[in-house]
Amino acid sequence: MSTQHKPHITVMRSQLSRARGLGSGKSGVAHWWAERVSAVALVPLSGWFVIQVFRLAGASQPEVAKWGGRPVNATMMMALVILTFYHTQLGLQVIIDDYVHGKAHVPASLLMKSVIFLLGVFGAISVLKLALATTRGRIAAS
Amino acid sequence: MQDVRDALYVGHRSDGTLTRRPMSPHLQVYRFRLSMFLSIANRAAGVAATVGSALGICWISAAAKGPKSFAKVRKVTGHPLGKLALAGWALALVYHFVAGIRHLMWDSGARFEKKEINEDGPVAAGVTVGVTLALVASILGVAACRSKKRAS
Repeated sequence: MSTQHKPHITVMRSQLSRARGLGSGKSGVAHWWAERVSAVALVPLSGWFVIQVFRLAGASQPEVAKWGGRPVNATMMMALVILTFYHTQLGLQVIIDDYVHGKAHVPASLLMKSVIFLLGVFGAISVLKLALATTRGRIAAS
Repeated sequence: MQDVRDALYVGHRSDGTLTRRPMSPHLQVYRFRLSMFLSIANRAAGVAATVGSALGICWISAAAKGPKSFAKVRKVTGHPLGKLALAGWALALVYHFVAGIRHLMWDSGARFEKKEINEDGPVAAGVTVGVTLALVASILGVAACRSKKRAS
């Protein structure tokens, strides 16, 4: 820390005015609340996912594709992917807030959000592809 | 701009000279407690679960891409190291789940006394280990049975 050995003030502005509006008391409650709500939503979704893991453990690709083609499975899987990565992003943001200070804070947050967002979109596209591909095959077959 | 936390560490003495405000003591001065380990373990489990979820996305995207990609993923999940990683992911998810339930309870005000928190800690650890072992063993068992059935 720069002020460790010889305390000095670098900007002639009261510390209070510099800190005002930058700490908590802005959007903390919304973040906290979103984290709890997504956590509660993930409880039944995780339970559903555990059951699906039992159904799919050791399954072959056609079996997984057939499973993913059922609209109910695709819906639950999509909800799970979206909420998991939404919750992930909220949680990792808190970790970055705690450990990354100064100029690196915004780039670190943006990088984390980009990676998590892309992962979530990738998962959603995969779920969609499974959901739509099998339907198309079934329609063509019937 | 300087870090706000940094800026607020500089204070004035009554004679006007500058001083660095004291920091609260950190890890090394405290005796080890289970609750402090469970607290940081929840955060670590969240990060580990994130990494695992990325692998889960690899799995579903491979299934969406086709049999060839899926065979590659199955090679990874069939390997002992892959199984170990899956078990680790399960452990992280189960613990994050258990600790999350405890957090929701604390938010509602339940079991939030120091005594109760210290009572519940070992229970949470035990439940996590038990549920993880049962889940991993039964999932691997089901997977092995299904693979054998397909082979025969």
